[in-house]
Amino acid sequence: MPDSTATGVSRAEQAKATLASVPATPGVPKPDPILVADHVLRTFGGLTAVNVEHVEIQRGAITALIGPNGAGKTTFFNLITGFDDVNEGAWTFNGRPVAGKAPFRLARLGMVRTFQLTKALSRMTVIDNMRLGAKDQTGEHIFAAIFPFLWKSQEKQIDQRAMRLLERFNLHEKVGDFAGSLSGGQRKLLEMARALMSDPELVMLDEPMAGVNPALKQSLLGHIKSIREEGTTVLFVEHDMDMVHDISDWVIVMAQGQIIAEGPPDTVMKNAAVIDAYLGARHDSNLTESGEALTEDGA
Amino acid sequence: MDWGFVLTQTMTQAVGVTAIIYILAAIGLNVQFGYAGLLNFGQVAFVAAGSYAVGVIVLTFDLSLWLAIVVAVVVATILALLLGIPTLRLRADYLAIVTIAASELFRLTVRSIAFKDVLGGAQGLNGKLGQQFHDTNPLPADFQSLPVLSWTRQDLWVVIVGWILIAAFTLLVWLLVRSPWGRVVKGIREDEDAVVSLGKNAFVYKLQALILGGIIAAFGGIVWAVAKQSVQPDTFQPDFTFFAYTILLLGGAARVFGPIVGGIIFWFLLAGTGEFLGQAIQAGWIDFLQPTDVGNIRFVLMGSGLIALMVFRPQGIFGDRKELALDAR
Ligand SMILES: Nc1ncnc2c1ncn2[C@@H]1O[C@H](COP(=O)(O)OP(=O)(O)O)[C@@H](O)[C@H]1O
Ligand SMILES: [Mg+2]
Repeated sequence: MPDSTATGVSRAEQAKATLASVPATPGVPKPDPILVADHVLRTFGGLTAVNVEHVEIQRGAITALIGPNGAGKTTFFNLITGFDDVNEGAWTFNGRPVAGKAPFRLARLGMVRTFQLTKALSRMTVIDNMRLGAKDQTGEHIFAAIFPFLWKSQEKQIDQRAMRLLERFNLHEKVGDFAGSLSGGQRKLLEMARALMSDPELVMLDEPMAGVNPALKQSLLGHIKSIREEGTTVLFVEHDMDMVHDISDWVIVMAQGQIIAEGPPDTVMKNAAVIDAYLGARHDSNLTESGEALTEDGA
Repeated sequence: MDWGFVLTQTMTQAVGVTAIIYILAAIGLNVQFGYAGLLNFGQVAFVAAGSYAVGVIVLTFDLSLWLAIVVAVVVATILALLLGIPTLRLRADYLAIVTIAASELFRLTVRSIAFKDVLGGAQGLNGKLGQQFHDTNPLPADFQSLPVLSWTRQDLWVVIVGWILIAAFTLLVWLLVRSPWGRVVKGIREDEDAVVSLGKNAFVYKLQALILGGIIAAFGGIVWAVAKQSVQPDTFQPDFTFFAYTILLLGGAARVFGPIVGGIIFWFLLAGTGEFLGQAIQAGWIDFLQPTDVGNIRFVLMGSGLIALMVFRPQGIFGDRKELALDAR
């Protein structure tokens, strides 16, 4: 069980309680949204990859974004984080309109993402990967960089934080190794740990479990829960229904670019439209019995 | 055959003025390509900018050489901005295409008749370009020559200051690449999106690397103008850039001492084969070659040597093969 907060109620329970009163309808408003998107449209030629009318992401909760392959989940991530440009649409982060902002600015505002295809910087060491994640570094300015005394003490603090995170993610023995020498699962862990270096308000994880072996998956689940316990909002894309069921407070379902359902995990997985969408895409997980069925779906 | 002469000439060229110019250009490329991953194929334009700044300020406008150095830095910065701003937001290959075209455009523009009054046209600028520098020569007036390295008094002073410049820029690069700035730049080389997703403005870092590398190359151009007391437009051909890349890859890209090691070896081999073949033909050892063939043959040999290097040691002399292997995922 996750640690309890000072009030004696874990964030998991808080999130569940807050979302309990929210009706399970697509585009439903949330009590305290960190991210609100409106009319987000992205087409590739004739293909409508994303067409989201309205969606809100609840602060402090773990929200899962699911849907068959090609549903537009990654594209939606890319749009929201500024890595791709919308045809139309607007969205706010913490109440602030952020459409059209450069991706590095959105990251600085506290919206940090990982990638479906892991982007560990292979020819850099694990610790250097981690250090890159830290914000507001004096030594990143070209003139200050020449004078190590200006940034050495900050670097020490960054290293301490990095070591704490690496220990938590069980990577502390790899500190000096090149990231390229890690296994696929370890790279996923490293990417997640690196994203947490900046202490983001919202982390968006694109398929954090893909290619991760079952043993590591369990610890990854624990890590995602612990991120929530620290007050960080999590939005993640995942295929594995058991995993989604296990850790998410809220589930949003996309199909063909649109949000077709949302609600608490139990409710969503009984939704006929959702089952249709998955069966239509020949998805092999058994949605109706998601409590018991264990899928080893890596796609 | 005069082995002493072959050795003296070879050593002199391996660490001489030309080697210094190329090493400075290669240090600039190391910042741009080695660390930041920017494919600048127009490094010669930055060298030319440095040379022309000296030529124009000192000769055309009759102003101070020290002012010319400031102008060279400013011009190199402007050139980097012109090349970088439109291209660095795009895919990596755009910079490569634009820089190679721009360097030829630069050469053809400066040699054109339209600007003959200021830039000297195809003849370039010739005269006492480096006089102010040579006046500072602290070497005794009756200086003859060093034991092995046969420089004139004037050249030796250029060589000394040239190596001080190389040392200074190498130190600067060493400091930078060990800093958080260097970390961001190397991260961009590995995967720009990853670095951007961590809140770094990759565009600005790439621009900074392009400017810094351009300024270092411009110092190569300044040394050139001062040493030769002449600026010739047609010396700034694209092959200059490719030799600078050869030097960088020979020594090992993204290695602080790569350009120095690569530059010395490059010129040692190039000069050595040239001198050796020249002497061997003169001595009648080789009768199927003319002395005029030597210039070309040494490049053939150099090319073969490079192919061998790429086959047996693709990471360069200083490079780390383990790192290279990580790329082949
Ligand atoms: N850069 C692109 N160019 C053309 N089509 C794209 C591009 N990116 C995504 N698509 C298409 O958009 C749709 C949504 O893709 P994606 O967002 O990757 O889906 P998901 O992450 O849900 O599996 C797919 O049909 C995909 O082929
Ligand atoms: Mg995807």
